Amino acid sequence: MTALELVVTALDDPVPGVRSVTFAAADGSEVLPTYVPGSHLVVDCGGRTNAYSLTGDAVCPPTYSISVLRLDDGAGGSRWIHDELSVGDVVEARLPRSAFAPASKATRHLLVAGGIGVTPILSHVRAADQWGRDVQVLYAHREGRGAHVAELRELAGDRLELYTDQAGFVARLEEVLAAQPLGTHLYVCGPTAMMDHVLARAAELGWPPSRLHSERFGIDVLDPGEPFTVTVAESGTTLDVPSGTSLLEALLEAGHDIPNLCRQGVCGECRVPVVGGRPLHRDLFLTEDEKEAADVLMCCVSRADGPTLEVSLR
Amino acid sequence: MSLTVPAPIDPGASLIAGFPFPFVEDRYRYSTNVSPSPSLVTTPAGQWGAAVVDVDAEYRRELAERKDILAKDPGRHVVLPHMRGAAWDALLTLMHELAVAYPGRMSLARTGPHRWLWENRVLDEVLEFTYGDERTLPDEPLGYIASQVQDDIVLLDQRADQLWGDAGVVTFAADWSFGFDVGMSFLEIHGPVPRLREEGIITRAHEFLKRLQPHQPYRRTNWTLTIGRRLDVSTELYPEWGPDREMIQRVDDVTFGRLVHLRVEVQHLIRLPESGAIMFLIRTYLLPLEHVAKVEPWRIRTAQVLAELPEDMADYKGIIKYKDRAAAWLQASGDLS
Repeated sequence: MTALELVVTALDDPVPGVRSVTFAAADGSEVLPTYVPGSHLVVDCGGRTNAYSLTGDAVCPPTYSISVLRLDDGAGGSRWIHDELSVGDVVEARLPRSAFAPASKATRHLLVAGGIGVTPILSHVRAADQWGRDVQVLYAHREGRGAHVAELRELAGDRLELYTDQAGFVARLEEVLAAQPLGTHLYVCGPTAMMDHVLARAAELGWPPSRLHSERFGIDVLDPGEPFTVTVAESGTTLDVPSGTSLLEALLEAGHDIPNLCRQGVCGECRVPVVGGRPLHRDLFLTEDEKEAADVLMCCVSRADGPTLEVSLR
Repeated sequence: MSLTVPAPIDPGASLIAGFPFPFVEDRYRYSTNVSPSPSLVTTPAGQWGAAVVDVDAEYRRELAERKDILAKDPGRHVVLPHMRGAAWDALLTLMHELAVAYPGRMSLARTGPHRWLWENRVLDEVLEFTYGDERTLPDEPLGYIASQVQDDIVLLDQRADQLWGDAGVVTFAADWSFGFDVGMSFLEIHGPVPRLREEGIITRAHEFLKRLQPHQPYRRTNWTLTIGRRLDVSTELYPEWGPDREMIQRVDDVTFGRLVHLRVEVQHLIRLPESGAIMFLIRTYLLPLEHVAKVEPWRIRTAQVLAELPEDMADYKGIIKYKDRAAAWLQASGDLS
C-alpha cells in the first residue's frame, strides 16, 4: 500500500550540478497519488534510500518531479541519480510523506530557500498560487546555479527576491523577518548553516517556535554530531555514542535488535521511545509535533541534545 | 403514538444484507476500534464494507432529506475560511471514491490540467468544474459533495498538535450538534462522552488521527438506538424527538419492535491528500428491531449487549429508559419463533 513503482520519463539538467527527474506510474496509471505541498518522495537509489522534495503539481499529478544536487562527497544516492539513472528505468519509491506542510491559518507564508533547498519551496509557491495564499519568497543561490528560477518567477512574480551574494541576502533577511504581518509562518530550506542563521535570527526577533518550519535534508550530509552516552532503561546499561557513530549503530553493536531500513531518517522503522534526556531530531519521518513532544526519536540519524539520553527498548 | 415519529420503511432485502452489524462480542465497551478500509465483512445476512463510500437503496431518499434539512437550517453546513482548500480536497477525494466503487453509475474524468468532468447517473447530474474555482460549482465544494454521498462529513484541521473541527455538513447527527461543536478541538468535542478520557481512549484516538497518512483510510463503527426511522436526531430538533423516549415506553410490543431501530454509524477516518486535513465521514444505517430479530445471531447478540450495557453508557446514548425493554423484546422474539 505504501510502495510505488515509478518509471523515469525524463531527465534534465536545468543548471550545472542539478538533475531533474520526472517519473510516471510504472503500471501505466494516468495519475499518481496526490500529496501535501512540501512533501518528499523516498526513492530507492540503487540500494540506498534517499528523500527528495517533490516540485510539481500536487493534485492527481500525471508525473512526479524531483531535482537532485550532485554531492560528490555524499553517501552515493545523488551520484546514482546523476550517473546511473536513465529514461525508462523503473525505481521503487514510497508514497510521498508530508513533514513541511503549509499552515492553513497562516496570514502569509514567508518562504526562504538556499541552493537546492528551493525544491520544497517551489512546491509551496505552486500551492500558494493555486489557493491565492499570500507568499513572500527569498531565494539565495550561487551565480548561475539557481534551479527553478523561471518557474518561481512565473508563479510568484515580484513576490520573489533572488540573492547571489551572502551579504545582500543577510541584510534583506533582517528587514523581512522584522516586517511581517501577524500570523506569518516562516519556512526555510537550505544548507545547514543558512537555516541555523535564519531560525536563530527569527527567534531573536521574537518569532514563536510554532511559526518556524524547517526542512533539513538533501542539502548536505548530516554532520557527525557530538558524542553522548545512552542508557537503556530496561537493563540500566550505558553505552558511548562517539561522534560519527549513529545511535542505531551503537545499539546494534551492543546486541540490541533494532528494526531498521533506510538509515537516513526517512522510513520510520527504527523509531525508539525516549524516556530521559532530550533528543536532537535530524530525521524526516516524525511530525513537528512529535519532535516537540520529545518522547521518541529515529535512532539512525537523531542524537542527544546534551550529554546523555535514556531510551526504552522493550 | 406520537404523529411526529417518522414511519418505518420496509428496509428491503438489500438494506438488511448490507447492514453493518456492529457487535463483535456479547459485551460492548468503547475502544479504539479502527481498521483499514475498504475491506469486506461477511455477516450472517450478507456483507458490507467493500467501498469507502456506500451507496444503497436509500441514496436518493436520504439525499433529498439532507437537502430539506439544509434548506430549513443552513447552520448544519459550516466551512470556516481557512478550510476552503480542504473542502475542495474532500470533494475530489469523495468523487474519486464513488467513481472507483460504482464505475457504471459514477465517473470522474480529467478534461484539462485542473478541469474535471463528474457524472452521477443515479442523480442524473453532469458537472464540469475547475478544481479550486467555486464559480464552476453550483454550491460551496463541501456542500456540493454532501449532495452526492449519504455520509455526513466533518473536516478537521491539524495545527498546534491538535485537531479542530473547522468544517462540515452534518444533517444526520445522533444526539449532538455540529453547529455547537464547529471550531472546537477534537478533545473538546468528545469531552461529554463518559469513560473515553478516563480510559485513555480519546487520547489514543487523537494520537492515531494525528499520525494518519494519506491514501490509507481507516474506519470504525459506533451505534445507538433511535426511535422511528429518524436520521436527523440532532440536538437542534430535540423538542421533536426527545418525547419519543417517553412515548416508546407505553407502546405495545409489535409497535415497539417496529419503531425501535438499531442505529449504526460506519465512520471513516481519511487524511486528505493535498490539504492534510482529516476527513471524518459518518454513514448512518437504521434497522428496526423486528428486522434485527430475523437474523438469529444478530438477535441474540444485540439482546446480550443491551442487557449488559452499563448505566452510564446507556445514559449517554440516551437509551437508558428503554434499552432493557429492547433487550427483553429481542429475547422474547426468539421464544416466539
